[in-house]
Amino acid sequence: MKKLFTVLVLLLAVTAMFFVAGCKKEEGAIKIAVVGPHTGDLASYGIPTIKAAELVVADWNANGGVLGRQIELVIEDDVCKPEVAANSAAKVVGEGVVAVIGHICSGATKSAMGIYNEANLPAISPSATNPALTQSGNYPNFFRTIAPDDAQAATDAEFIDKKLGLKTVAVLHDKQDYGKGFADFTVASLEGLGIEIVLYEGITANAVDYSAILTKIANTDAEGIVYGGYHPEASKLVQQMSQMGLDIPFISDDGVKDNTFIQVAGEYSEGVYASGPMDTSSNPMSQKATADHKSTYGEDPGAFFINGYAATIALLTAIENAGSTDGVAIMDALRSNYVDTPLGNISFDENGDAIGVGFAVYQVQNGVYVEL
Amino acid sequence: MKYFLQLVLAGLTKGSIYALIALGYTMVYGIIKLINFAHGEIYMIGAFTALIIGGVLQITTGLPPVTILFISLAAAIFFSAGYGVTMENIAYKPLRKAPRLTALISAIGMSLVLQNYVLLAQTSDFLPFRSMIPNFSFLIPGKSLVTTTQLVIMITTVVVMIFLTILIKFTRMGKAMRATSQDKVMAQLVGIDINKVITFTFAIGSATAAIGGVLIANHMGQINFYIGFLAGIKAFVAAVLGGIGSIPGAVLGSFVLGMAESFGAGYISSAYEDAFAFVILIIILIIKPSGLMGRNEIEKV
Repeated sequence: MKKLFTVLVLLLAVTAMFFVAGCKKEEGAIKIAVVGPHTGDLASYGIPTIKAAELVVADWNANGGVLGRQIELVIEDDVCKPEVAANSAAKVVGEGVVAVIGHICSGATKSAMGIYNEANLPAISPSATNPALTQSGNYPNFFRTIAPDDAQAATDAEFIDKKLGLKTVAVLHDKQDYGKGFADFTVASLEGLGIEIVLYEGITANAVDYSAILTKIANTDAEGIVYGGYHPEASKLVQQMSQMGLDIPFISDDGVKDNTFIQVAGEYSEGVYASGPMDTSSNPMSQKATADHKSTYGEDPGAFFINGYAATIALLTAIENAGSTDGVAIMDALRSNYVDTPLGNISFDENGDAIGVGFAVYQVQNGVYVEL
Repeated sequence: MKYFLQLVLAGLTKGSIYALIALGYTMVYGIIKLINFAHGEIYMIGAFTALIIGGVLQITTGLPPVTILFISLAAAIFFSAGYGVTMENIAYKPLRKAPRLTALISAIGMSLVLQNYVLLAQTSDFLPFRSMIPNFSFLIPGKSLVTTTQLVIMITTVVVMIFLTILIKFTRMGKAMRATSQDKVMAQLVGIDINKVITFTFAIGSATAAIGGVLIANHMGQINFYIGFLAGIKAFVAAVLGGIGSIPGAVLGSFVLGMAESFGAGYISSAYEDAFAFVILIIILIIKPSGLMGRNEIEKV
């Protein structure tokens, strides 16, 4: 009996300590959650964003924080799994955060957004590219500092229409998720612009020869070929096109905008168009962020680091502009103000997509990709 | 009509590519009834050898491309034959008396070993393979129906097929090979060194794979450690289609497969190219289970 009493007293004391500690912090620092995969297979996608947030917050805290208060990060792991993400979301909401940087994966983000919506918290993802997140209207408190999947297709379609002035194109894809997804989005955008799709077909990845399908294209009046897929097939296609004398523009995606493509396809890669994320390496803020990362962590930053950096800056600036930590006020501030980030001068549209972040079309010129 | 001809040529190209690999498959099967799954890897090693030797020669010497092509082809044949013979000695010879399934598993194991060996010793990346075959002046790119590489591949396939047929039908070694194929014990009794015959078969089979590797790499412009597996599967299908064990059958089967894929892509949809080719395969095998030119084996009870 005496033992039980001791345990109870101890328990009470511990709880009280937590309570006191909790109260104290709520008055002091503004808490921001960083949620994403920090362990497991996809950890390499999540960890760079923590580092980005840490670097930005350290900078701001050194300059007096935001609204005169220090900023504190609450880091939570969602292993990129939707079922875990809902728990992580509930946990950070319970911790009293005012906004969220994350999540990283589209599926996990969707599962967490409902919980943030109920708590009236804005969430800015540096990496979730699923189009539905912004376009479906189901996630009003969602923002992102990366372009959605279909933006790439839209960029390519625009380029084909405005810059190349093609009237008819043939669309090929490698029948895999990424390539077919890109091809489908591109077809939708091209049809919207009144460009005729004369051929739409999947090709077998890793095949030894593509003469049959290229012959078929040569016999249509296609003025260009759009290809959704990766570089190994793209380099075979452009090589065989040139050998067959099929001299029409070849336009492809981020899977081809890779230096391996130029290396493998060699002279045949010359003149190929491929879209990829806008180049930010010449942006001074981006250079500073990368240099800070190197000096603090001793290595080059990982995936989505710059996007995470931009998300954190955008969020802190919005809190400052809103003058409060109220969710609705922060969201209004995110939508109405432009802010300088390593991705350039950005703001957010009604759906939460970043204005000023997107894809550009590149062309192989003298063995290097040049932004057009 | 021109479109039809173009598709025929595309089919012939694909068929010749499959045939160059299928010939070795079918020859080994014909002699020791082993489906040598590692044959595709020998083809890949041939391509890698030519790439390395060709690259070194290009940098260090000022030899004309044709000379470099022939030297690297010779090196590829030599190395591949070496690998083929060694593989037979290590993985198949000790299992000659074991059930056929055991040797088949050993072949699959060999295929994985060689793939991973190249992956680790070389690279997992795609490597560019610059064409070493100079363009024939009578073929104008874009105007002629075939490219130089396509023509070279087609001619080589026919030459290799004729060479193998002569070898098997009209030489002393060929006679020994046929005897070994029919009855190993009896062949030994009449004084044939069957080990020598089998080694020779592997050497020749691997040499044809190497020729295929070099020419096909020239055509595709890129290689990596995985090319042998996928090309090998298609060639295996072609060999079965033509009647595995038969030399002209392998070539015929490859052409049928190549044509089916080409017409499937040209007139239906390239998305269903493989499906179309395999429907043809199933129909042919239902009508003629031993393949187009395969002999019906009569099981004596």
